[in-house]
Amino acid sequence: MSTDTSDAPADDAPADDAPADDAPSRAELAARVDELEDALAEAEGEDGKKMSIIATKGTLDMAYPPLILASTAAAFGYEVTVFHTFWGLEILHEERSKNLKLSSVGNPNMPVPNAVAALPGMDRVTTKMMEKKIADNDTATIEELIETSLEMGVEFQACQMTIDLMDYDEDDFYDGVTTGVGAATALQDMADADIQLLV
Amino acid sequence: MSAEFDITETLDVKGASCPMPVVKTKTAIDDLAEGDVLEVLATDPGSMSDIDGWAAGTEGVELVDQEEGDDVYRHYVRKTA
Repeated sequence: MSTDTSDAPADDAPADDAPADDAPSRAELAARVDELEDALAEAEGEDGKKMSIIATKGTLDMAYPPLILASTAAAFGYEVTVFHTFWGLEILHEERSKNLKLSSVGNPNMPVPNAVAALPGMDRVTTKMMEKKIADNDTATIEELIETSLEMGVEFQACQMTIDLMDYDEDDFYDGVTTGVGAATALQDMADADIQLLV
Repeated sequence: MSAEFDITETLDVKGASCPMPVVKTKTAIDDLAEGDVLEVLATDPGSMSDIDGWAAGTEGVELVDQEEGDDVYRHYVRKTA
């Protein structure tokens, strides 16, 4: 037994308060904590709520859900984009949106059998009936919902491919509608959104 | 009529149906100042649940009271921020 043994470990052991060579300094740690707190605040931020809707249908009945949800989400403080493609583009077409049709063919909830519903002029009849119900109930019109949504900051996007396909012009749409956008824009919006809907 | 708060402004959305009561309430609240109370008069029975849900899910507003009167639903919303 040697008296040296008790001293040997003490030579190698680091002092209690001395940092190891690769340990971050106190200042570095403080900076990292600040960084993480900022990122957390950003992630938790209520202001960043987003909704993305893809509107693909242009019949009178199917034009309502995207517009009602878009304006309501805007009222909740969501940043809303509605990407209109294929027949959904009719909703943004200023003239055609005021004349959207309802079909009774293939809808078993309609009071007329399909064989009758398929007769010429029947879509016009069922559309008139629906328009009267909308007016009698003080349900907002499509035009009102679009104008209101635009005022609330909803971004309506018109699919450029469909504009070209239908041979429409940029001027055909309501003022404030975004044109010149495609699927990649919609996908980016969906990826960023808290709520994504296909209507 | 409760006397616990003063009504700053009244919004009449009688006759309007979903989503207009909520949408117009939001627009009217935006024009008020912090602490103001908006009274909303609606005939849409869905407004009871909708304005409650909207107030709960929206920053800066608080539903103070709701009353079901004679065919008219009254909502009182305070702007808190």
